[in-house]
Amino acid sequence: MSILVGTETRLCTSGITGREGTFHTLRNRDYGTQVVGGVTPGKGGQDVDGIPVFNTFHQAVEREGANTAMIFVPPRFAADSILEAEDAGIELIIAITEGIPAHAELQVYNTLKKNGRARLIGPNCPGILSPGKASVGIIPASFFSQGNVGVVSRSGTLTYQIGNVVAQRGFGNSSIVGIGGDPVPGTDFIDVLAMFEADPETELIVMCGEIGGDAEERAAEFIAEHVSKPVVGYIAGFTAPPGKTMGHAGAIVSGSQGTAKAKAEALEERGVRVGRTPTEVAELAVSLLGAGSAAV
Amino acid sequence: MDLLEYQGKQLFTRRGVPVPQGRHAASVEEAVQAADEIGYPCVVKAQVQIGGRGKAGGIKVAQNREEARAHAEAILGLDIRGLTVRELWIEEASEIAVEYYASVVFDRSAKAPLLMLSTQGGMDIEAVADEDPDAIAGLHVDPLLGFQDFHGRRLAFEAGIDEDVVRPVGAMLAKLYEVFVAEEATLVEVNPLIVTPDRQVKALDAKVTLDDNALFRHAENAELRDLSNEDPQERMAKERGLTYVKLDGDIGILANGAGLSMSTLDLVAEAGGSPANFLDAGGGSKAEAITSAVEVILSNPKVKAVLFNIFGGITRCDEVARGLIEAFNQIGAGGKSIPFVVRLDGTNGEEGRALLADANLPNVFIESTMDGAAEKVVELAKQAEAAPA
Repeated sequence: MSILVGTETRLCTSGITGREGTFHTLRNRDYGTQVVGGVTPGKGGQDVDGIPVFNTFHQAVEREGANTAMIFVPPRFAADSILEAEDAGIELIIAITEGIPAHAELQVYNTLKKNGRARLIGPNCPGILSPGKASVGIIPASFFSQGNVGVVSRSGTLTYQIGNVVAQRGFGNSSIVGIGGDPVPGTDFIDVLAMFEADPETELIVMCGEIGGDAEERAAEFIAEHVSKPVVGYIAGFTAPPGKTMGHAGAIVSGSQGTAKAKAEALEERGVRVGRTPTEVAELAVSLLGAGSAAV
Repeated sequence: MDLLEYQGKQLFTRRGVPVPQGRHAASVEEAVQAADEIGYPCVVKAQVQIGGRGKAGGIKVAQNREEARAHAEAILGLDIRGLTVRELWIEEASEIAVEYYASVVFDRSAKAPLLMLSTQGGMDIEAVADEDPDAIAGLHVDPLLGFQDFHGRRLAFEAGIDEDVVRPVGAMLAKLYEVFVAEEATLVEVNPLIVTPDRQVKALDAKVTLDDNALFRHAENAELRDLSNEDPQERMAKERGLTYVKLDGDIGILANGAGLSMSTLDLVAEAGGSPANFLDAGGGSKAEAITSAVEVILSNPKVKAVLFNIFGGITRCDEVARGLIEAFNQIGAGGKSIPFVVRLDGTNGEEGRALLADANLPNVFIESTMDGAAEKVVELAKQAEAAPA
């Protein structure tokens, strides 16, 4: 098992004819993901290395049964593209695009919530990888193998860093989910934690947070009440000064809100082990898994 | 992007939020002329993005032209907690009967705008929230529905403002919400919102933060940056399209990805060092971007050592290594005798490290782990500090 993407995924990329869109869609296909189409308005009828291009998501759903969308179009078109995918009945929308205006994200989030048909991952995220099954997004799949560690993270490179250390110790992953670094993520830690809790393949969860907002604090409460599997946490941004956006639009300490210290403390108070460095996170995960398998 | 008070008030005027009449001035002569136009008494207000302007002597009332001149001379050039005053806002003096607080905040937790109103105007609102949270009335507006008149009425009655101004305050809240949505702000705050003795309602101050990601569709707002007080390194980085934040320390940092960059700063601090900056070179990390980044980092005179922390995903470490070698050749970074610690790992990490080793760059130390690299750069910075300049 894995979560969100797998052998049932039928992917359609918005912005498939762009440089990045083409590159990553083909990489996803090479990995084994079923790519059934792409959308670029005005280029319907063309193909990208054999992948049919449609003018609308509606056509991609009608003709190819697309059930997953990957959004690769520039920020000014991205919110519209997400809403189009949702309107067409796509169930899972993964938005890689960075730089979507916050108010547009608010409209998208609340529209999807009201309609209750689709799940959005991201925006500003690296995507989802279920090793051995499917990859949707830009996660470098070669570092990861199939296994029992579920990873959920607000950042990309940091996830690869931690995942790589875990992999070097001989452990693999059920799924790796990047929820993105924007202020209004479509899917939060809590949603993904619940999926990993229900996923029989996942035995341990690694959760990578960062400064800004209160998603980590809310996740800590959720873990205490609803997650029986061991969770190892990491928080980036202890040295971030207040009022400064640290790369990700959502990574900002506002006044006394959203500090790394408060997040780490909230997790630790609820019994989640928090690593101080990415290496320590990997070591904690390995020691917990080692103990688990020794008991079997 | 945080706006200055007068920039916020100009947005307010555009959207019909009542504000006192005012004029902008960047010199003493302009200030005196503005004061004459406004009439006396008027208020001379320092325009800097920091609280506590009044206590620092940055806001003064002038009864006549001589006082206006004296205040403008005193305030222009004044240092308010590290920021130099280069602009003034000359405003008609307002008589105040009551002070309230009003704001619209982008509440990321609730994923909806949060409207707030309080009778505790003119105070530090975070302190009010801590000490007397019931003194602030708040409600969320469904962003798909937008502001409705009942929102204003409900807040006004819950906050307990004077009943004769419930209607005009509600009208102002509607306008502030319009500013928030139409200008794509993440914060619109009025503190104080005043009621004059003749029961007029006005925004006496304006604090507006705009969403940087939305500036592409608000060309006129993109011009509003406070360039005069921008840090020179931050401005240089912005011009080159780099994500850079200046910090207080002496270890220059470059990493790829926002999360890994933040984590690198934390690791350096854990190892006993002090980062000079945050710099995310981004996913691509091509030679040109790296050259730019090295130039920005080294233009900060406090930097004693530099750490490059690259984990190659889609980015290949051999490409990064080539970029770094080119950067060194172009700008002679090694010649400045500032040591560089370079950690390359991930895709083609070995090839990248081999390329760097072959290039034999002066004063460059190659590491394969993040932890080892952080320790090494802290050690080098301490050596540089101990050595005579």
